[in-house]
Amino acid sequence: MLTFSATSSAFCLIFILLVPLAGAGLALVNSGLARSRSAAQLMMSSLCVISIAALAYFVCGFAFQGYPNQPAHVVMIGGKPWSWLGDGHLFLHHIALGGSPESLAALLGIFGAGLAGSIPLGAGAERWRLGAACLSSILLAGWTYPLFAHWVWGGGWLAQLGANYGLGQGFVDTSGASTIQGIGGVTALSIAWILGARRGKYQHDGMPSAIPGHNGVLVLFGCLLVLVGWLGLNSAGAMVWNGLPAASSVQVSINTILSAASAALAAALVTNARFGKPDASLTANGWIGGLAASSGACAFVEPLGAVAIGAIAGILVTFAVEWFEVYMSVDDPGGSISAHATGGLWGALSVGFFARLPAEASGAAGEAIAARPGQWLAQLVGIATLIGFVLPLTYGLNWLLDRVYPQRASAEGERQGMDLHDLGAGAYPEFVTHSEEFTER
Amino acid sequence: MKILGFLLLVSGWAIVLTAVALLTEQVPRGAFVLAGVGVEIIGFVLFARAHPVRRGKYE
Repeated sequence: MLTFSATSSAFCLIFILLVPLAGAGLALVNSGLARSRSAAQLMMSSLCVISIAALAYFVCGFAFQGYPNQPAHVVMIGGKPWSWLGDGHLFLHHIALGGSPESLAALLGIFGAGLAGSIPLGAGAERWRLGAACLSSILLAGWTYPLFAHWVWGGGWLAQLGANYGLGQGFVDTSGASTIQGIGGVTALSIAWILGARRGKYQHDGMPSAIPGHNGVLVLFGCLLVLVGWLGLNSAGAMVWNGLPAASSVQVSINTILSAASAALAAALVTNARFGKPDASLTANGWIGGLAASSGACAFVEPLGAVAIGAIAGILVTFAVEWFEVYMSVDDPGGSISAHATGGLWGALSVGFFARLPAEASGAAGEAIAARPGQWLAQLVGIATLIGFVLPLTYGLNWLLDRVYPQRASAEGERQGMDLHDLGAGAYPEFVTHSEEFTER
Repeated sequence: MKILGFLLLVSGWAIVLTAVALLTEQVPRGAFVLAGVGVEIIGFVLFARAHPVRRGKYE
């Protein structure tokens, strides 16, 4: 059973309290990449989604996610136990909320669910109704996220692939590359598919039109804010979900910033080579993709490995944005699918190639050794689960929700902007265009 | 095509799970997991292609 000293608990709590800054940064990024007529609605959606995700996770999320060595629903397959759902108490009952590892996991889970719930907002920007986003986030934070989180962090069958089937050390995800970013990313893809593209996004020949965001400053400031939140998320995740000491946060933080930096620079270089100038929004998406990828192996890689992981993530995200937009006809104003799903899945896969996982208790404890054979296979099984199970699940749930409560705003509402449609007031009421400013005097 | 893509996505995952549960040798297990992922990718592409730009409804 994992235990923390009072000092470690205090450090862990400080790291966790940084995580909401990642949500705030994502809200700014999503808002800045949308048009001004939907900016306030996006910020409001972020606030509501984080609130509802916290409540849903409190009500049943943590009970479903569970915690290692706690009661869980288990089925026996071929004589091996497959733990598939936590069997904890609803409403966080019977959890010592005094700094125990379980209570810290619950707190981090609340913020993690909110962060995952914020990701689809970028993909549904400018056409996703506020009420629908709130209802969808209940499904995400109350069921989809806890279910997969149990499999990865709650002692579930993915985590046990090593013990049961000899696949490395089982599926490893230090701080949520798959569990937070991957879940949020595939949900964003489901939402983008269900909502369809914005009006005017695609021409009659099927080619996309460029619809620039309204405020690049918000986007880039959001990226810097996201970094602070991610440093907390990765450091706290390493402690809570991997049992590492507080001192590991130094390595984790170095790897996090190196991954983000190399991803952003890689995206800037790629766009500079292709378009003649670095593209700010793609560089921002590359930065976030690098952070998402860093969450996979940040506690178990050398700094040079983190640079490689980030650089590959930055390149992948840049091309994924174009692939989804041009070839898949997926309208994703905030780049959420490319940054979070692509970056997160790559981060999860990178564990199999770059991580040097510590030996288990029977080996030289604490001494870094090469991962056991099959680690890449365990990671691949986890990724296959995200694509082959979570994506259909989240699509199906949101499709059903769409039947009951249409998720897309009306054509008229979309034309006038989501601010007026959902909130009755714009984000910038004094922001009007004076035609005389554009005429010669 | 959407239903076919959806079924292929889930079928690919089922192949992956079956390979993990039933096979013990690393090479065939890895091969079947990769095959399952391949089926998922085909399903993903079919599923994505089945979502046309809903221009007529929203333009």
